[in-house]
Amino acid sequence: MSAVIRPDAPVLLEIRDLHASVENQPILKGVNLTIRAGEIHAVMGRNGSGKSTLSKVLAGHPAYTVTAGSVFYRGENLLDLDPEQRSRIGLFLGFQYPVEIPGVSNLEFLRVATNARRKERGDEELDTFAFEDVVRERLSVVQMDPAFLDRSVNEGFSGGEKKRNEILQMALLEPVVAILDETDSGLDIDALRIVAGGVNQLSSPDNATLLITHYQRLLDLITPDAVHVMAAGRILRSGGKELALELERSGYDWVDAELARLDGEAERQPLEVA
Amino acid sequence: MVAAPVVTAAAAGSGAPALAWLAELAGAPLPTRRQEDWRFTDLTALAAIPVGVAAPAAGRALDPWAELNLPAGVTRLTGTAAEAQLGTALAASGCDQHWPVLLNGGARPALLVLKVEGDAGSLELPLPVSAGEGVAAWRLLLVLEPGARLELLQVPAPAPGQRQLLSLVSEVVLGEGARLQLGCLAQGHNHAALLHHLAVRQASASELQATLVSSGWGLARHEPRVVQEQGAARTRLLGLQRVDGRQLADTHSFVRFDGPDGELDQLHKAVADGSGRSVFNGAVQVPRLAQRTNAAQLSRTLLLSDRARIDTKPELEIVADDVKCAHGATVSQLQSEELFYLRSRGIDATTAAGLLQRAFCHEVLRELPAAAHRHDPMTALLGAA
Ligand SMILES: Nc1ncnc2c1ncn2[C@@H]1O[C@H](COP(=O)(O)OP(=O)(O)OP(=O)(O)O)[C@@H](O)[C@H]1O
Ligand SMILES: [Mg+2]
Repeated sequence: MSAVIRPDAPVLLEIRDLHASVENQPILKGVNLTIRAGEIHAVMGRNGSGKSTLSKVLAGHPAYTVTAGSVFYRGENLLDLDPEQRSRIGLFLGFQYPVEIPGVSNLEFLRVATNARRKERGDEELDTFAFEDVVRERLSVVQMDPAFLDRSVNEGFSGGEKKRNEILQMALLEPVVAILDETDSGLDIDALRIVAGGVNQLSSPDNATLLITHYQRLLDLITPDAVHVMAAGRILRSGGKELALELERSGYDWVDAELARLDGEAERQPLEVA
Repeated sequence: MVAAPVVTAAAAGSGAPALAWLAELAGAPLPTRRQEDWRFTDLTALAAIPVGVAAPAAGRALDPWAELNLPAGVTRLTGTAAEAQLGTALAASGCDQHWPVLLNGGARPALLVLKVEGDAGSLELPLPVSAGEGVAAWRLLLVLEPGARLELLQVPAPAPGQRQLLSLVSEVVLGEGARLQLGCLAQGHNHAALLHHLAVRQASASELQATLVSSGWGLARHEPRVVQEQGAARTRLLGLQRVDGRQLADTHSFVRFDGPDGELDQLHKAVADGSGRSVFNGAVQVPRLAQRTNAAQLSRTLLLSDRARIDTKPELEIVADDVKCAHGATVSQLQSEELFYLRSRGIDATTAAGLLQRAFCHEVLRELPAAAHRHDPMTALLGAA
């Protein structure tokens, strides 16, 4: 289990011994992670270690099958819910590769999505006009040009524009737990600041963020409460923000030795680093 | 020769008698599936259309377009002036002996001949049909003088719940530099059939955009046929057909370039759901004299059910050597990544699928003449979302 950072805060997300496979290929092999209100967690790890798989399993992607373990979201069995229900109750996934949907207007998409969440929360749904006001105000969080609203969802957006569009969605949906899968990759320096600023602005003592990233430069701007290293489908090591700095210095060479050592053990428990 | 579209009196007959009667009306036996052009489309389904007499008494015939308000620049021709060019586009595009055209001739169609000069703006042509069961036929001829312009919308629709066969034959003659934007928004129902021929002669520098949209018919067959008589013209053909249940929609298009430097841009889309069947056959002929022809044809089908069936085939005959001819056909299902992305934003699976279907259809629907908006074509096509 990862280190307890805010022992008194309510647990928002509790992942226990999560195993998942895609096309009968096991990818996640026993992930444990507890996220409490107010926390920011960073997940790092080599390419292919299973970070995006974890995020998609949490969001309910139908291609992934959970073969063992459990995930509780505010005490509710998350794995019982459809992807749309997970979103409505406050789970948000910022995609590593946001999907282009030609022919579906970005504005209409954002409105339908926002209303689905509002309905769940008992807020009144917004008509086109009321929504325009809300979205314009939220655009400022990501400093995005309103012209992007009139285009098809992500179609022809540059890499950075797609990521800003993800944060705009997050700003509109006001999630309780946001998982941001490499939202920093593909961003220029200014955009990185804007996106990090957006995340900081949206963080509160009542919500939590799971940042998947390869780079310290994001963690310079968003200070994580905990850093986890994924390898071969599990969390191999957890620590404070200094763990990310250590990785930046020494890379992932130690991972192989650790995995080999773990394979030798009967019990495979992720290590904890105080 | 002007007559109301005739819905023949219903009779008790079914099966073979109806087919024999239709053959008699056309003066030719029904095509069978042994003929290449009808391989996938079985006209024996027309047996469900009630038999009746071929024509009403002359006194009952009313001109459905007597009250038609024509925009400035459009005049209606009658008598010999009307008949002079009748049939020329059918003959030029090689379909004057097609069975649906023969049937139309035999069914005493309501006839409308329009001459268009200058910029005539837009016209929505009503195709009224009475509530009886049987065959109703319309025959149109549109002559655009050189440089003339028109936007024309047709909305053929069967009377609700009635077993009707609608037969629509339109001919268009486009003079030099003339421009026609034509839309046909055909919303049917399970008991109705539509046989639609559109034959066009294009002079050089003329532009044709024809957008044919149909959904909901028990059986629908569209045959847009275009001849660029001197080449050097522009043709855009757009099609969208949707089938569900046990419906069948078939588009057989034909374009021939009888001169150099012609352009064709064709997009045909189909949405196949339920046990529906969608057929597309796109013939393009580029004879030796049609050098520097630039033709592109794309057929895209969205397959929503594993019981639906689609048959799509380009049929390119290219003899000229200096031409650009691109063609492609794709069949896809709703993309699972797109669906997941929408669902991950709280949009339920049904709404998400609806959004993606709308997006697929939008590409063609937006090309309909502006007058189509008042018919809310998206809702007509997909039902209220
Ligand atoms: N749909 C799939 N089919 C087959 N293999 C898959 C599928 N999805 C993921 N995998 C495999 O699972 C492993 C983990 O992939 P994942 O995308 O989770 O890695 P990641 O840690 O996010 O990597 P990166 O840092 O490159 O984004 C990889 O080996 C990948 O090839
Ligand atoms: Mg990844």
